[in-house]
Amino acid sequence: MHGRPRKATKQEDPAAAAAKSARLRELQSQLLHFHHNRIYTKEAVSVSSKLLEINPEIYTGWNYRKLAFQHNLKEVSDTDTDTDTETIKSAIEDELRMVEVALRRNPKSYGAWYHRKWILGQKLVPANFDHEFRLLDMLLKADARNFHGWNYRRFIARLKDVSEEEELKYTMDMINTNFSNYSAWHNRSMLLSKLLRKKAKGFHEEESILSDEFELVRQALFTDPSDQSGWFYHLWLLDQTSTPHKPHLVSSWPSDKLNIEISAQFKEKCERFPIIFCFNQQVDGVNLATVTINSKLVSSEHITWKPLSANNSRKSKIWVGFLENFNKYCDNSEGLSVEISVHCCESIVHLKFVMKLSHMDHQGENGDGFEELFLWDCPKSQEINPYLVSYDPWRLRVESVEEDTKWHLDTLSAEIALFKEMSECDEDSKFVKLTLARLLGAHNSIKSGGSAYFEEILKLYDDLIKLDAPHYRYYRDERSLVLLDQMTSSKDSLVEYCSRCENSSFSCINPQLCINFSGLNLTRIGFVERLLWVQILDLSHNNLTSILGLEALQLLVCLNLSHNQIMSFTALEPIKSLQSLKVLDLSFNEIGSHPVDTTRYLCSSPLSHTCNVTETMEELARENIKIGDFWEAILLFESLQLAQLDMQGNPVTNERFRVLVGKVIPCLKWLDGKPVR
Amino acid sequence: MGELAVEKHAQYILSVEKRKDDFESLVMEHLRLNGAYWGLTTLDIMHKLGSVNPDEVVTWILSCQDKESGGFGGNVGHDPHVLYTLSAVQVLALLDRLDAVDVDKVSDYVAGLQKEDGSFAGDIWGEIDTRFSYVAICCLSLLHRLNKINVEKAVDYIVSCKNLDGGFGSIPGGESHAGQIFCCVGALAITGSLHHIDRDLLGWWLCERQCKDGGLNGRPEKLTDVCYSWWVLTSLIMIDRVHWIDKNKLSKFILNCQDLEKGGISDRPDNAVDVFHTYFGVAGLSLMEYPGLKPIDPAYALPVDVVNRIFFQK
Repeated sequence: MHGRPRKATKQEDPAAAAAKSARLRELQSQLLHFHHNRIYTKEAVSVSSKLLEINPEIYTGWNYRKLAFQHNLKEVSDTDTDTDTETIKSAIEDELRMVEVALRRNPKSYGAWYHRKWILGQKLVPANFDHEFRLLDMLLKADARNFHGWNYRRFIARLKDVSEEEELKYTMDMINTNFSNYSAWHNRSMLLSKLLRKKAKGFHEEESILSDEFELVRQALFTDPSDQSGWFYHLWLLDQTSTPHKPHLVSSWPSDKLNIEISAQFKEKCERFPIIFCFNQQVDGVNLATVTINSKLVSSEHITWKPLSANNSRKSKIWVGFLENFNKYCDNSEGLSVEISVHCCESIVHLKFVMKLSHMDHQGENGDGFEELFLWDCPKSQEINPYLVSYDPWRLRVESVEEDTKWHLDTLSAEIALFKEMSECDEDSKFVKLTLARLLGAHNSIKSGGSAYFEEILKLYDDLIKLDAPHYRYYRDERSLVLLDQMTSSKDSLVEYCSRCENSSFSCINPQLCINFSGLNLTRIGFVERLLWVQILDLSHNNLTSILGLEALQLLVCLNLSHNQIMSFTALEPIKSLQSLKVLDLSFNEIGSHPVDTTRYLCSSPLSHTCNVTETMEELARENIKIGDFWEAILLFESLQLAQLDMQGNPVTNERFRVLVGKVIPCLKWLDGKPVR
Repeated sequence: MGELAVEKHAQYILSVEKRKDDFESLVMEHLRLNGAYWGLTTLDIMHKLGSVNPDEVVTWILSCQDKESGGFGGNVGHDPHVLYTLSAVQVLALLDRLDAVDVDKVSDYVAGLQKEDGSFAGDIWGEIDTRFSYVAICCLSLLHRLNKINVEKAVDYIVSCKNLDGGFGSIPGGESHAGQIFCCVGALAITGSLHHIDRDLLGWWLCERQCKDGGLNGRPEKLTDVCYSWWVLTSLIMIDRVHWIDKNKLSKFILNCQDLEKGGISDRPDNAVDVFHTYFGVAGLSLMEYPGLKPIDPAYALPVDVVNRIFFQK
């Protein structure tokens, strides 16, 4: 099937070809005959040998041999009172020889390798490990990347109980023979992480082990920078150096020491108040026992904690708890003071905030709000927002990071210096530039107050977009994240993107600020842990295909995604959990123009067994609407309580679709700028 | 850019179906049921399924079933195995003839292959491989019988095969390989478990499979091959990172692997064609929204209209 030239290099003699086919056909039908009639004589078994030698892929042939082996062994133990070890050994040797014959024909034959495993795995006699390792050496020398061989090597090593340290030495031998051996590097990384995790003898000092590995991979990268193996290994080492092993709380809403002002209408209309936790890794175990509340009026039992995830995962980076019936707590002039202790990571984090009723007057506070169209025209103002004074990203970064970062920062600095040198010598290596960008990014993320490298990293990605054009969208995605990091890294930078939103008739937490991230060529979203307090967000006129991360913005009321590249309703899965969302602008995207849906399995649906066909869908099916055509839209909109929706400029939007929307969102007041009847 | 020679490929596939006696066909006889799936799905993607007689196909498929176990062999008289059982179910789904089998008997066969640790054997002889995890999960899901297995353990086993480069191997510790990655990602997709994947890490490893010739390889430092247009591409699509490769260059590579005289697609330009690579080439083009082709579902590897019919029609 692979690697055969289209025009045969030499024409085969038709008579010889016919004879070859006839022979194979005869052997195959004989095998099936013996197999179905359970004939296991020497002659019959030798037919299977001839067949498997020509075609080791006939799996029924290997099955037959296993049956013959079992049958003939049983015969031996039935006839003699002592099982004849010599006979067993000889039977085993026949099988092992058959496998070797087959492997000569095709060293990647699944059937052959498994047969060998099956025979030796029964442990009828002690295995000849020398022979096995010699066979492996031979095969891996012929093809160092044969994963069947590597898998088999791990099997034999386990069977012989070879230590991980010894196998680590073998990977070193393979790497020393040839640096370009991804299989050996892979094995090395697996063995090392096991040994480090177990804290085996000689592997306690993770830092010195990693330093040695950096030294090793550096040799590989210098010897042959065009080979990929070293670069992937280096990425793993970088990850080990820059990612904290233990999970910790990164940010929360409300943030520590925050004074929250709530409008009378918010207090009236909203029965529950969200508390959001954002961790640096997916965690579980956020519950009544691990999150304690200390407050005059509120107790831990008033809050149920949920992980935010598209499926039924118990783990998530974002957890939200709702303070039910909170409106009755805010009446007194002191307001509601709440202290929270979060015990679910290695360290305990304490937060304290106060909620008070606002004395400010709001226009048009009657009714449900949204009697008028919400317009996205918040003007930018120069005044520094009093609200932002209380928002401090550094206070958001909870100081619970236990790990001492000195070795990490020193190692990263050394690598950075080295790669800067490399990039001066080799202008055209994409791996050098990409690794350097990653190193600088890692340094930024560890060093508190780190913002030294933003411009450098952005420039590196701009260079990469030119240097490695086929992957330019990967670099654009990385670049978007760096940009967002830069924009949200401090009060001063974030203020540039904020404006007061005067035009609003909805209930909210004061003050009403609009974050305007439009027109920035953003392709994806990040650093949402710094935006948990946002209620109005303008992401229009970007290049977004994904909005992953927005599920954390539980306070969001108005979202503008117009003029982006959203390709399907399933891509909007993150907003399903935004219960406060009232205004959504999806106009001028690409929904309906793509037959291939790249987020089909990243949303809740019957296809991934994460939800069933809903009642709404069944009702619509009864009205003769083809739910197979609209399931994505139905599942999205039925979970929201939108007052205002804009869909124009998407190929999917037609009269039929508008009618469907009207049915699925009964509380909708405005569709494409016009009132809904 | 050249064009997809739909007529030629359709004729090639139909001719393979008839040709059974030359050496190349004989050597692949044991996986004819897979061949039926590759050929028929390709025809459907190209809107040419009408040239086939569904009753004949169904009759032949049923003749490959082992009456005792309920599983299907690769051809008449060959031993049952989960690989061929999936192909049988997929072809029956394609033809909307799942009513032709005893669904519980088939699903009991597949479910019975799950082990204590959640892994799946391919057949009674016990070879374990994440390929079989995917095949079992896909098959049971199409039959609406996923509840017959321990899904949580199945997922746990697959996650135990996750490597430090973000990819997946055939067994714990096995090197990342695009074929295995497709199987693991597909199985996690169908069971709503994609959150176990670091999509940026895996996405980058996968997009680096695209080489200078525009084609994709299966792992670092290996040759490009049309079949990876499927394994790598579907995986990227399921984790929403397909925009990280250059689709134009890949399309060109696939189209260059066509045999414009005799029809069919090969692993590399100017190599011999076969049904396997013809399917993967056409399916790959479908995933890249090549005009005139039916869209294919990346997890179930069947046309989207077939999958939607199975999950949204009562």
